[in-house]
Amino acid sequence: MVPISYYIILSAILFTIGAVCVLIRRNAIIIFMGIELMLNAANLAFVAFANQHQVISGQIFVFFVIAVAAAEVAVGLALIVTIFRTRKSIDVDQLNSLKG
Amino acid sequence: MTADLIIFIILALVSIGAALGLLFSRNAVYAALFLVLNFITVAIFYLLLNAPFLAMAQVTIYAGAIMVLFLFVIMLLGTKKLKTRGLNLWQRRLAMGLGVVLLGEITALFFVQGRGGILIGDIGANFGSPEGIGVELFNQYLLPFEITSILLLVGMIGAIVLTKDD
Repeated sequence: MVPISYYIILSAILFTIGAVCVLIRRNAIIIFMGIELMLNAANLAFVAFANQHQVISGQIFVFFVIAVAAAEVAVGLALIVTIFRTRKSIDVDQLNSLKG
Repeated sequence: MTADLIIFIILALVSIGAALGLLFSRNAVYAALFLVLNFITVAIFYLLLNAPFLAMAQVTIYAGAIMVLFLFVIMLLGTKKLKTRGLNLWQRRLAMGLGVVLLGEITALFFVQGRGGILIGDIGANFGSPEGIGVELFNQYLLPFEITSILLLVGMIGAIVLTKDD
């Protein structure tokens, strides 16, 4: 049997890779994928703790996170498409028209 | 070393490798496909953790619907036009340093709190099955479930309004 801490460490590694992806990439779509990776890592930790404590609420929360992620992706990709139509680019460094 | 541990280590390596592929691939389509691979390995972890319903939901919703939406948008915008400049070297190093700090913080927090070491055994067959999830969802979490449906409706309307040609 696998100790729960292995799952948590794996979840931490995946979350960190997602965060670094958001930091070092400039393509808005890939930044979005990094966010999905972080959500997924958090879900893995939820399921691991649900298994450890034998409470099914953790799995219900993962269900909600998946639903919210689906809504978030639909709206976010619509935003990216709209930005691409007006600016002809999705490089986040060039989207600086709101700069103060 | 038990069979479970060997399966876990192989899957973990595939999962981390896919995540690194997402991080470093130049082509957005390859990045999306690496992310699909990562989602599928996480779905197998869910199976190992007695969450069969979530594993299937993960494959259909995440690896299926969401990633198809990503690929669809990438194809729609055109991969050639999606090329972006790389980061400066110092920015890249700063980001990597911050990532290492974040990883250290998460693991340190985990070990300071001292949760862990408890083995994962076989739980009842009902745990994590569609029936178990459904009973809990519709008894304990009915209001959040209904709010989720409204959230999805709002997301759908938002996506249509944002991309509408006017």
